[in-house]
Amino acid sequence: MGVLMDENSRVVVQGFGGAGQREAITGRNYGTNIVCGVTPGRGGQTIEGFEVLNTVREAVDKYDANVSLIFVPAPFAADAILEAADAEIPTAICITEGIPTLDMMRVKRALAGGKTRLIGPNCPGVINPAAKSRAGIMPVDVYLPGNVGVISRSGTLVYEAVDQLTRLGIGQSGSVGVGGDPIIGTSQREALELFEADPDTAAVVLIGEIGGTAEQEAAEYVKTMSKPVVAFIAGATAPPGRRMGHAGAIIAGAAGTAAAKQAALRDAGAAVVENPGDIGSTMQRVLKERGLS
Amino acid sequence: MKLHEYQAKEVLARFGVPVPKGRVARTADEAEAIAKELGGRVVIKAQAHTGARGKAGGVKVANDPAEAKKFASEIIGMTLVTHQTGPQGLPVGSVLVEEAIDIDREIYLSAAIDNSPGRPVLIASSQGGMDIEEVAEKSPEAIVKTHIDPACGFQPYQGRQLAFAVGLGGEHLNAAAALIGNVAKAFLEADASIVEINPLVVTKDGRILAADAKFSIDDNADYRQKPMFELRDRSQEAEKELEAHDAGIQNYVKLDGSIGCLVNGAGLAMATLDAIKFAGGDAANFLDIGTANNPEAVVSALKIIGSDPDVKAVLVNIFGGLARTDIIAEGTVQAIKGGHVKQPVVVRLAGTNVELGSKILDESGLDLGRADGFAEAARMAVEAAK
Repeated sequence: MGVLMDENSRVVVQGFGGAGQREAITGRNYGTNIVCGVTPGRGGQTIEGFEVLNTVREAVDKYDANVSLIFVPAPFAADAILEAADAEIPTAICITEGIPTLDMMRVKRALAGGKTRLIGPNCPGVINPAAKSRAGIMPVDVYLPGNVGVISRSGTLVYEAVDQLTRLGIGQSGSVGVGGDPIIGTSQREALELFEADPDTAAVVLIGEIGGTAEQEAAEYVKTMSKPVVAFIAGATAPPGRRMGHAGAIIAGAAGTAAAKQAALRDAGAAVVENPGDIGSTMQRVLKERGLS
Repeated sequence: MKLHEYQAKEVLARFGVPVPKGRVARTADEAEAIAKELGGRVVIKAQAHTGARGKAGGVKVANDPAEAKKFASEIIGMTLVTHQTGPQGLPVGSVLVEEAIDIDREIYLSAAIDNSPGRPVLIASSQGGMDIEEVAEKSPEAIVKTHIDPACGFQPYQGRQLAFAVGLGGEHLNAAAALIGNVAKAFLEADASIVEINPLVVTKDGRILAADAKFSIDDNADYRQKPMFELRDRSQEAEKELEAHDAGIQNYVKLDGSIGCLVNGAGLAMATLDAIKFAGGDAANFLDIGTANNPEAVVSALKIIGSDPDVKAVLVNIFGGLARTDIIAEGTVQAIKGGHVKQPVVVRLAGTNVELGSKILDESGLDLGRADGFAEAARMAVEAAK
């Protein structure tokens, strides 16, 4: 089991340039079934042992691809996501950063009610360490198979949290980077639902950040969960009104502050970590208290 | 990217949103000439990227052209300090000279992105001229919202709905509904992230006008909004941030503390500021180096940090994914050996190619603080800054 990725995942890489090729090789070496690349106009080539096709539809017809990992540059990324959806790829994972918000607005509307779940954009992707199944850019060495799920708006904070867990001998059932943009395909709340439903997950780390109200919406769901949640909100010391790297990380009102998000999660029963260095140790304590370690 | 009020009004006017008569002036003489042209009383408004300009002395009403000239000469060149600018304030390089209007009523109108549904939302309130957050808290019933469906766009009924809700029915209905629709159109066509008209006024002679306007454009849309991005006023941005921008570093924010930070990833960069605070210090900047794929990018970033007089110690905190720690290590060594960073440096590397990265640091012969965990790295940096 695990969420979104497993032994049966067959990954097509859309945008098979430098980054796409490098991550395809890392994924293959890890044990993931990367079936081919797609770059329009480059069909017929073989690069690093991967066949390159012209369209996502061909990747589905020829290799039965069921996950698309997207590296297409920002001005063309919305088109790439919609092409994956048209080919009815069940899971499209978009790594690309810098997509205009209004493009994502149209994409989200177009995907609503359809067959494709979008993860990201501006995200590190998804991994299932037990299945050695990875569609993303995360370093694989820090992962250890286990029973803790990790959800984060930020890529590097996924690695940080996973590293802290692994150093304490706590393995992961998977990690899902939902992305740092204002409009994303799968919310923190929906990612929590996936881990709550996953029999291989016993507890979840949720890493939010300043800006928007997605953490408050996630907190509403935390109230109903059977599994414990450890939460950290990045940006407690960030000044208001400034965009902190992520397009979505800007405090525009009281609800966008770290304090408001921490309070909502605490009220919902999550163990809220204030010092980012304490994510792993807090999960260790929570697992012990719940008899899950 | 933020526009000045006068630029925002020019853009809105182009989309058919009525604004008061007036123009921007860069000298007192220009202000006098515009006042003469307009006739009667005029308002002189400082152009700076901040609200609350009136309280800071940046807005004056002049009775005649001579007074307009006098006020403009006082305001142009001043440094405007408000609760939004911080103590250093913002320079004022121009004023907007506008007809003075007799206001009957003030209304609030804005367009923004509502993240969760992933749609633009138009927000209106009968309580204009006030901070909308404050209205939301004290009288939420005074606020009405309507979302734009990306598939079919803003519909006329939505404009009527908002107009009725804020008391612009009757004789004002058609004008108000059209105005609201035009704001929606401007928002979508300009790739805006926020358009705020506060207040939208009904004048005593029955006109509806955008008396003030804020307009921000999605930075990610720069490649297709070139004319908008030409409106950028660099004088409104911190010097270090411009330097970073010119060096190709997009995600740099100057802060008040003493520890310079170079981090990959926005989340980790924010968490690093938090960890520094926990260790008893304050960061001098936020800097997300992103996927630094050449050492030169790291050297440019460290030049910016190293030349900041506020910086007493530097913390390099990298968890490599797409970014490679060996490249960061190489760039860090080059920057220090090149004399660009004279402050003590603490480096924490983890993730992609960490063995190689550590080896480069080990063999550099430099006296670097080294840490495994980033809470520890933050503590060492705070210590080194003392």
